[in-house]
Amino acid sequence: MASPTSLFDKLWQRHLVIAETDNRPGVLYIDLHLIHEVTSPQAFSVLEERGLPVRRPDLTLATLDHSVPTLPAGADGALPYATPAAANQVRTLIENCATHGIELLDLGDPRRGIVHVVGPELGVTQPGKTIVCGDSHTSTHGAFGALAFGIGTTEVGHVLATQCVFQRKPRTMRIMLENTLAPGVTAKDMALYIIREIGADGGQGFAIEFAGPAVEALSMEARMTLCNMSIEAGARFGMVAPDETTFDWLAGRPYCPIGADWDGALADWRTLKTDPGALIDRDITIDAALIEPMVTYGVSPDAAASVKGIIPPQDDGAHAYMKTQADQPIGTLKVDRVFVGSCTNSRLTDLREAAAILKDQKVKAGITMLVVPGSEAIRKAAEAEGLDRIFTEAGAQWRLPGCSMCIAMNGDQGEPGDLVVSTSNRNFVGRQGKDVRTVLASPATAAASAIAGHVADPRDFPTAAVL
Amino acid sequence: MFAPLKQITSETLVLPQENIDTDQIIPARFLTTTSREGLGKVAFYDWRYDDAGQPLSDSPLKDEKVAGRAILVAGANFGCGSSREHAPWALYDFGIRVVISSEIADIFSSNALKNGLLPLCVEKDIHDYLLANPGLRVHVDLETMTLTAGNHTLSFEVEPFARQCLLQGRDTLGVLLTHTDDIAAFEAARE
Ligand code: SF4
Repeated sequence: MASPTSLFDKLWQRHLVIAETDNRPGVLYIDLHLIHEVTSPQAFSVLEERGLPVRRPDLTLATLDHSVPTLPAGADGALPYATPAAANQVRTLIENCATHGIELLDLGDPRRGIVHVVGPELGVTQPGKTIVCGDSHTSTHGAFGALAFGIGTTEVGHVLATQCVFQRKPRTMRIMLENTLAPGVTAKDMALYIIREIGADGGQGFAIEFAGPAVEALSMEARMTLCNMSIEAGARFGMVAPDETTFDWLAGRPYCPIGADWDGALADWRTLKTDPGALIDRDITIDAALIEPMVTYGVSPDAAASVKGIIPPQDDGAHAYMKTQADQPIGTLKVDRVFVGSCTNSRLTDLREAAAILKDQKVKAGITMLVVPGSEAIRKAAEAEGLDRIFTEAGAQWRLPGCSMCIAMNGDQGEPGDLVVSTSNRNFVGRQGKDVRTVLASPATAAASAIAGHVADPRDFPTAAVL
Repeated sequence: MFAPLKQITSETLVLPQENIDTDQIIPARFLTTTSREGLGKVAFYDWRYDDAGQPLSDSPLKDEKVAGRAILVAGANFGCGSSREHAPWALYDFGIRVVISSEIADIFSSNALKNGLLPLCVEKDIHDYLLANPGLRVHVDLETMTLTAGNHTLSFEVEPFARQCLLQGRDTLGVLLTHTDDIAAFEAARE
């Protein structure tokens, strides 16, 4: 009998073209390469310089998300790009995809959206696959039991040319989440809690598997939120073993196998779990019942605390930047902007969560709130449910899909000094605009804060009971 | 393409802040480029220029302070954040060939090594010494894997494959392409 093996090791073994040695990293085969406009142009240039073709355009899928405006075209029919360079970047990807025969979810394509939202949505993301993308939040796809990780542009070129990357095997970490989440507490809170516990570099060099009853109870959307944030704990890989929740979610999606192929895939996918007794380099156990709605108060994602808590002492730079003091209650932080969106929290369930709080309420005067769905499909589904009207009637702006204020490179950003409660994944200095202060939170907390005008606990809003 | 890196001697440029993330190294609004050339101009842009694009008089990165400095000593957890390879491109173009810290983020390190930039993690005591002595003359020898600073000499390790590529100024795509047959065989076996 084969020795007990971890989920990570199973997937690693399957994709190893050449094993690593002391002198050479292993060569790992990639089943799915997702590309977007920002981290691909220089990679295509390298191919061009060397006269190389794209080895497997059929295993490559492109979308436009980072630089695209979230406002519609003006009267002249032109999209309101932040800069000519942004428009040029979009045009470059369109041209590169046409030249190399790569499928592109182009502007106007009803399937377009944020790369880590559309992959799962279309069912190209599947258990057991190796998936890479030039974006650190590629770990999102690990929610399906895929081996998914972010790469840099050089490696984007490697994958385009060879469908492989050089990679050394990371160590494995398993985070067991025992018990269940309390009502009104979400996967985003779980992610921030974990990052606070292990630190922003606690997962460095590790591939994390999230397991335990509190994880098994999560929806696929919630698992994606959790895996998405792995990189904020320093881990390039985050994963959850696939189970019936996964299979039900994937069944019938456009790129998933059908008929006998689906049955064959299922039989294989059911073997993708960590065997009892498998060697794990580091095991951590967390009681999920203790987790409360969490927000960040500093400039690193591990500077997180309960929304009802106080800001602990942190280094002077962080206090100065965030305009905070030690011992200040987090609830006293006044809000200027609210952003619901990003590959962390822009799925239909996230939008429902925010809408449940905002229904029949008003965004406090003076606060600008943006709600940016993760994909065109989500936008349509949300509009069919009337979520867009809940947002606009509350005074929020309902935008077109894209990364928007998560990375603030399409013109959606805060003004210097603004405090933004954001459902995205990074609260770094300047991430959402120069001198903009970011408080990371769940969609429910973001919506509650928009109404209250200060960072607020969603559990204090009666409608949060539906969560 | 980058120049081979064998030995380098330079006065250090010191940025003692911890957690200098890739958004600091190159702000997102400059990522709309489709080229990798000339990004040194926007390296640490918000540390160097005000909103009007005028040089900040109190910047630790004023031109005269950084001229000729190829070794950057930074606070712990350097290069965290977004995986943008624009960060090492910008640093390289800014004239940096070696980054020294007590801790350097994974993805940044791997991106740096692919682009002619050597990330070096050192023990806390030597890190503190380097931080406390900006402008110190430091010698880094990648062939012998030693670093000399003042009267300290220490050895360091670099992932052997990345080291070879750096020493030769060779990028890894060429090496990967030599495995085309193995890759084809792997694909055929899976069909
Ligand atoms: S939403 Fe943010 S983290 Fe996600 S892909 Fe876009 S820029 Fe990257």
